[in-house]
Amino acid sequence: MDKTEDIRKDKERWVKDCLSKKPVKEAKSVSGFDLDVVYTPADLNDFDYKRDLGFPGEYPYTRGVYGPMYRRNLWTMRQYAGFGTAEETNERFNYLLKVGNTGLSVAFDLATQMGYDSDDPMVEEEVGRVGVAVDTVKDMETIFAGMPLDKITTSFTINGCASIILAMYVVVAEKQGVPLEKVGGTLQNDILKEYMARGTWLYPPEPSLRMVTDVIEFCTKNLPRFNPISICGGHLRGAGANPVQEGAYSLSNAITYVERAVERGLDVDSFAPRLSFLLGNREEFFEEIAKMRAVRRLWARIMKERFGAKDPRSMMLRVFAVGGGGIDLTKEQPETNIVRAAIGTLGVILGGAQAVMTCPYDEAYAIPTEESERLALRTQQIIAHESGVAKVVDPLGGSYYIESLTNRIEEEMKKMMADVEKRGGMVKLIESGYVQGEILKGAYEEEKKLISGEKAKVGVNMFRVEEEERDFELHQLSPETFTNQLAKLKAVKEERDDEKVKASLDRLRSALKGTENTIPYVMDVVRAYGTLGEITAVMKDVFGKFREPSVV
Amino acid sequence: MGKREIPIRVLVAKPGLDGHDRGAKVVVRALRDAGMEVIYTGLHQSVDQVVATAIQEDVDVIGLSILNGVHIPISKKIIMKLKEKGVEDRLITVGGVIPTKEDEEELKRIGVHGVFPTSTPFDVIVDFIESNVHPR
Repeated sequence: MDKTEDIRKDKERWVKDCLSKKPVKEAKSVSGFDLDVVYTPADLNDFDYKRDLGFPGEYPYTRGVYGPMYRRNLWTMRQYAGFGTAEETNERFNYLLKVGNTGLSVAFDLATQMGYDSDDPMVEEEVGRVGVAVDTVKDMETIFAGMPLDKITTSFTINGCASIILAMYVVVAEKQGVPLEKVGGTLQNDILKEYMARGTWLYPPEPSLRMVTDVIEFCTKNLPRFNPISICGGHLRGAGANPVQEGAYSLSNAITYVERAVERGLDVDSFAPRLSFLLGNREEFFEEIAKMRAVRRLWARIMKERFGAKDPRSMMLRVFAVGGGGIDLTKEQPETNIVRAAIGTLGVILGGAQAVMTCPYDEAYAIPTEESERLALRTQQIIAHESGVAKVVDPLGGSYYIESLTNRIEEEMKKMMADVEKRGGMVKLIESGYVQGEILKGAYEEEKKLISGEKAKVGVNMFRVEEEERDFELHQLSPETFTNQLAKLKAVKEERDDEKVKASLDRLRSALKGTENTIPYVMDVVRAYGTLGEITAVMKDVFGKFREPSVV
Repeated sequence: MGKREIPIRVLVAKPGLDGHDRGAKVVVRALRDAGMEVIYTGLHQSVDQVVATAIQEDVDVIGLSILNGVHIPISKKIIMKLKEKGVEDRLITVGGVIPTKEDEEELKRIGVHGVFPTSTPFDVIVDFIESNVHPR
């Protein structure tokens, strides 16, 4: 009898001895696997260290995409910020850099995310509310005033309007005199997940994908340090996906983008090293860590085996991760969110993230204040500098439980991804509402469990404090934001050459109807001080409306 | 509550640009499971669209789901529009991120009947609707 078999037998004996007389409650992972009470070497089916783990910085990157990981460079601390006008946001960015943020991440208001100018009657209440208002390249210039674009990297949470925000950023770099090959940053640009969660789509999936591919192609050819897309699982989690669904659906979306770029004629190794990912981190500590490791390993295998990538960098899944998902924050006893965010942040760091955002505790109420942003950043700094977790790479690697979970999650993701392909791929499943329905099932089940108490939530369904009075400072939208933004927009419109704007919009319209890359045309409109809303109006006109499938 | 002969009709609406629809969709399911007939508007609805759908579907309840801080101005506009169209007799509820008690009070002052902040249990919403919808 070999050693593993011996351990397996012994585990059976132990379970009998220990549990048969006095059974314990059954436990399931968030993804629905039954969990044993303890894990042993016998739970790792034909585990092969070199094949399954290897070394950090080497294929299949289970243990991390870079060799020495945090021993050499800590993760980028990238708190998400933006509100009001460009001036207010510039001030907040300077504050965040001063207190130790090492990268920027822009939150746009919903008007901007949905392609409306601030003077559109549809968006009066939205201007500057959940992010910064951007109407023209002037706003973008102000956001980054005093920040050389070759010295900082910025992440942009923008999807439906990604091509326009990219064009504005590039034009700001031109104005600053920064060569394009030195401009680094990340555009979210993951439109497929917007149809599945979050909702900032402007027109149907097919033309949206064409614009995504235009951005990828343009960046590949002109902005070698820029990540043209960040494929997001985190938002799917927030909408109700479990960790397996998060991994499987986001990798299936990623495959769709890679296929489109390859169809466009790009060599896979020319753009794949610049694909970035965003993963969430919610309730269960070990499962989230295992998920990050499994997603990394599976992506490396997909890029190598399916797409024939040769450049190792094409196989590295670099991840921006969020510690403590927004959906997990509680309005009840909000200080408890500080603890949730700390646990989540520790999880994404043990999972090997390249950049991290920690959820500020007051986000169950409003967008964060300076104080809550700083506390979130301090959470990362404590983990980085005090806890010692940055000293050794993938410290949980080799844990019987973690490796067994990693294997299981990878297997389940593969099955789910095969099912997605069998059903016709992500675009089709989004158009029909199938994936949205699958995600919603999870959300409904979770809510029912929270109500019944089957799923614990401290302060909500256990350890409640009745009739608590909340008295702490919340972020307030300044009453001047709206009028200031309108005045700025009006001034730009008065100063610019309308004929020039109109001509550039006409050229954009023909480009949108054709097959050329449209980004240079968007840039021309931006240079002429055409507005975001003027550009999206042309796009919506050419591309038509998306009819949301009925899911509920 | 005894069983009604005609099920209560509810419109769950996402007014404005907020794309967070998890809560809205989950509540749709919960209300349906409680025996109501529920229509969901989908995302990105203007005030006029919400009111037009409410009239067209002849609903008893209009439930607004708002998570992006615009709950007060949007609710005001919708209530004004309902009055303008002469259909202000419907039960109006708002759910989502309602940060403070003052906001809750303000919503009630402008004519919202029920306010359900995040983490409100389904049965609270169902009971409220069942006890407050009267035959028209």
